[in-house]
Amino acid sequence: MSIKKTTLTFAAASFAASLMATSAMAADTIKIAFIDPLSGPFASTGSNGLREWKFAVEDLVNSRGGLLGGKKIEVIAFDNKISPKETLIQLKNAIGQGIQYVAQGNSSGVANALTSAIKKHNKRNPDKRVIHLNYAAVDPALTNAKCSYWHFRFDANVDMKMNAITDTIAGRKDIKKVYIIGQDYSFGKAVSAAAVKFLKEKRPDIQIVGNELHPIGKVKDFTPYVTKIKAAGANAIITGNWGGDMLNLAKAATSVGLDSSFFTYYAAGAGITAALGPVAKDKVFNVGEGHANPTVTKTWDDYQSRFKAKHPKKDVTYGRVPYTVRMFAKAVTKAGSAKPIDVARALEGMELTTMAGDKVKMRAEDHQLIMPIQVSVHTDDRIKFDYDNSGWGLRTISSTPAESNALPTTCKMERPKG
Amino acid sequence: MSTLTDMRRDMNARMFKQQRNMWIAVALVLGCLPLFYGGSDFALTVSIQIGMMIIFSLAYNMLLGQGGMLSFGMAVYFGMGGFLSMHFMNMIEADTVWLPMALLPVVGAFIGLVLGLIIGSFSTRKAGTIFAMISLGIGELVAASSLIFVKFFGGEEGVTGDRTMGPEMFGVDFASELEVYYLVAAWVFIATLLMFLFSRTPVGRMANAVRDNPERAEFVGYSQRFVRLISFAGAGLFSGLAGSLFAITYEIVTEETLNAVTSGAPLIMVMIGGAGYFIGPIIGAIFYTLLSTVLSNYTEIWLMYVGIIFVLTIMYLPAGLTGLLLMHNPIIKAKKLKRILPVYGKIALPVIGIFLGIVGLLEVGHYAHNASAGDMTMSLFFVSVDTSSYLPWIFFTGILVGGFMLAKKQAPSVAETYEEVHKEALGGGDK
Amino acid sequence: MIETTIFSLLNGLVYGLLLFMLSSGLTLIFSMMGVLNFAHASFYMLGAYFAYEMSIHIGFWPALILAPIAVGFAGAALERYGLRNVHKYGHVAELVFTFGIAFLIEEVVQFIWGKDQQPYNAPPLLDFPLFTLFNVDFPAYKAFMLFVSIAIFIALLVVLTKTRVGLIIQAAITHPHMVGMLGHNVPLVFMATFGVGTALAGIAGVIAAPVLGTYPGMAFDLGSIIFVVVVFGGLGSLAGAFVASLMIGIVQTFAVSFNIGMPDLLALLGLEFGADHFLVDLWTISLPQIGPLIPYLMLIIMLIFRPLGLFGSREV
Repeated sequence: MSIKKTTLTFAAASFAASLMATSAMAADTIKIAFIDPLSGPFASTGSNGLREWKFAVEDLVNSRGGLLGGKKIEVIAFDNKISPKETLIQLKNAIGQGIQYVAQGNSSGVANALTSAIKKHNKRNPDKRVIHLNYAAVDPALTNAKCSYWHFRFDANVDMKMNAITDTIAGRKDIKKVYIIGQDYSFGKAVSAAAVKFLKEKRPDIQIVGNELHPIGKVKDFTPYVTKIKAAGANAIITGNWGGDMLNLAKAATSVGLDSSFFTYYAAGAGITAALGPVAKDKVFNVGEGHANPTVTKTWDDYQSRFKAKHPKKDVTYGRVPYTVRMFAKAVTKAGSAKPIDVARALEGMELTTMAGDKVKMRAEDHQLIMPIQVSVHTDDRIKFDYDNSGWGLRTISSTPAESNALPTTCKMERPKG
Repeated sequence: MSTLTDMRRDMNARMFKQQRNMWIAVALVLGCLPLFYGGSDFALTVSIQIGMMIIFSLAYNMLLGQGGMLSFGMAVYFGMGGFLSMHFMNMIEADTVWLPMALLPVVGAFIGLVLGLIIGSFSTRKAGTIFAMISLGIGELVAASSLIFVKFFGGEEGVTGDRTMGPEMFGVDFASELEVYYLVAAWVFIATLLMFLFSRTPVGRMANAVRDNPERAEFVGYSQRFVRLISFAGAGLFSGLAGSLFAITYEIVTEETLNAVTSGAPLIMVMIGGAGYFIGPIIGAIFYTLLSTVLSNYTEIWLMYVGIIFVLTIMYLPAGLTGLLLMHNPIIKAKKLKRILPVYGKIALPVIGIFLGIVGLLEVGHYAHNASAGDMTMSLFFVSVDTSSYLPWIFFTGILVGGFMLAKKQAPSVAETYEEVHKEALGGGDK
Repeated sequence: MIETTIFSLLNGLVYGLLLFMLSSGLTLIFSMMGVLNFAHASFYMLGAYFAYEMSIHIGFWPALILAPIAVGFAGAALERYGLRNVHKYGHVAELVFTFGIAFLIEEVVQFIWGKDQQPYNAPPLLDFPLFTLFNVDFPAYKAFMLFVSIAIFIALLVVLTKTRVGLIIQAAITHPHMVGMLGHNVPLVFMATFGVGTALAGIAGVIAAPVLGTYPGMAFDLGSIIFVVVVFGGLGSLAGAFVASLMIGIVQTFAVSFNIGMPDLLALLGLEFGADHFLVDLWTISLPQIGPLIPYLMLIIMLIFRPLGLFGSREV
């Protein structure tokens, strides 16, 4: 009995070893390595991203004849298990296959590891340079103190998003007391700092009645926290919580009868919208881009419909992926080459009108995309594209124009000479 | 009398020579390995990762295999070694201290040793469950604080550095992957040799005695607590060294080096490889690292396979993969492998059937569960499979059940042949 | 202040009793079999997922009864076909085996239900505020949780002290070998214990998941804390598990409710540190920030000074 089972483990071992030998294929495509978590607890955000990248590339570029006279874009997935270490191993793997573009977004920690590794790699191997297309990591440092020429961010950073949130709050005269709560790590802290700063500028009359951090992923029951929030009499809560911490916070708030507004970064999609359901109606606001509802233009409506037709069980959770792909394609076309250095030059300062009609621009100074940002509300009213097939989704209530989101940067970029 | 002493000296000399030759062979293999990679950086990176994990899991086995202490918090020493090495690396860059980068692991080892002595001073009073629980508590505490104390741990971003700075030794600045490989290989060699020698010292041997029978060890005059503390500090030292190599290789250290996944990895590696043998953790480290870095690019459910392999190993192979290999040692020595291989060949087919059946069912199920509409064709074992039809399900269930039944029928005869040949081989050895 | 105290006490009680439901099963298993079941929280997760799946088809209330039974059977099967084979290799192997099972159950759950949160919610019947005190609602569902936990506690107490089975179990806790020698079918008792213990975890999962969420990481999130409870209370002691559960439940809720931190302490001592001090994070730490870590600290201190735990009597 035991011998049989052991032979089985052996077979697995030799299988794994044989996989080592797979070599890079040499098709004439422009390859983008998609490095994000595809297994483990954060796999759903990663696999959503991969699905949306693959769809956007297929739908917007490859099915329309490709680039540079017929070259297709190929998205190759690498699982980094949201670990910085695994990310660097997979980066080596990708570079070994001759890939020069890396798309990544989940976790600022990983983004930082990747960007600093790419910076060193490009310096040490000028003939095999790599560009980092960041589609979701929002730490302001990546386009400020830690900015790099090889890093392009297509998502609005924490400060820009907070700018949009506080614009909305500034317009709501009923909000007098704000409570800030977040996960105790760099992102939670960045949200808190930005909230304090912008509220002071825009609504000095608002009282911040609480500003607190809790350990990330360790709080099982948020009731004690929301009891405190309720006791403090807050009309609005600002939080950067995501995943279970976001869901449980909102659920606990409802259970004690707290009906203040929640201003959040990540309270939609990946099961959260469905789980929130009616309890969060008109109470949970989410900041971001995307125009899920209303779709504004027919082009954008059609794109979402095509996506839903192909993936009926899934949603467009990253509204920025399509314009990231389009901007990349535009840069390759403009540069007339797929060489990273040329594409990087073309990307700097590039402008684009998104399918939803927003005008966005890649700022050359820090490689931060400057774009309009929307605040949307969790509702079931006039929702065409819902999340999790739940009938609930996001509806845009306000949009902050691009120019007011062009916050100053401290980036001093080291530019390549050759 | 004198002949006896001579014989003993003779035997020792022979053993010494054998061992010396083995270590030279290890050094040669480590040195020549990159020649087979054809310049692939990925293969180098994976090898470096394996090297690091070899040190870490060997250190872990100083506790589990040699000392009988089950720890759920080894990441503390690995991670702290890594973080402090990284701060040291930055000090080297800022010219506040002078140290060639190649010697940085000494810093990590020192940190691991000091931490091991401090934490071991109270946690090694008892072995068994109490020890396991203290290690779990400390592991959780340190992992959680790493996100709270941003100044030291760098928060989510971690701490980065540049390994190419500092005084150069022999004109090597570690800019290329190959140089890093040789650095790690050298440290793997040194650490493995030291841990091997430790297991041969009286204290190392006493660790086994304390594991098996603490009271009796006390009667011989060894304080069980002292012996455990020594093992624990040693494990801390080498874990810290491995953490330091992590800092040099990736030039970034983040909270992942301190979390529960990092604490669990050496346990999995040691159990799969075999805790009872010195080379068990080495085999486990190679196997597990290959699974996690290579297999994960081919299937999203690789962790499921790791789980299945892990559980099956514990259930049916308590001595791990190494135990399975060493089972055949006397047979190989007696040159009787030829007799047993045909029997293995006969059972190989049904076993491959079971393997393909399980993998096939899991992969098809996973695909059908997650596929987009209308996209029902997946590529499995280099063949297109239509997951919407019943055909693949029937096929894989068929080969699974068929393989299982065939294997069950043949297993007794395989076991019998093994016993027979094994007995003969041992008997032959005695003569 | 008064309202904070009352609500902290109530919430602490709810959480503490939930911990007890988990730790009682773990203690039961440990006392009988000497196995610290690392996969215990995984059965809590299975309870939640089973109940979620069943509630879609047959509604919340039947699922409340059926899901724990299904979990119990799964637990018994694990004991019969897995753990029993590993028993001969010793306790470390058993512990590592359950560790592997915990790992595998998480993967299986992800395989079947995916990685997202599942919308498993409290039934509409219980979805209203039971009472409102100082403007804060106390949800009926929490009261229901409290009720179920107390009912389970009383049932356990009655079974253990008043029935024949309970006497055998009590005997087995203190003299496991003697029970076997008296002619009881020890393998069957073991299997039943494991089944009942995991079923208790299953109940906890069924009733807690609507509040704490149903997702693949839920076992991992709660897993280590219930170890803290049983070790802190003393391995093998049900009374210890009870006291420790309540203590940890209440301490954790109170820690969150009171905004006391190092700055206050330092102000009291008349000290002050600059914002760019190397240890600035230590000087600015506050109680709510580290609340969830306090149990681990309690555990370590307890184990250093009293390795037996609060009421433990067995050396392990």
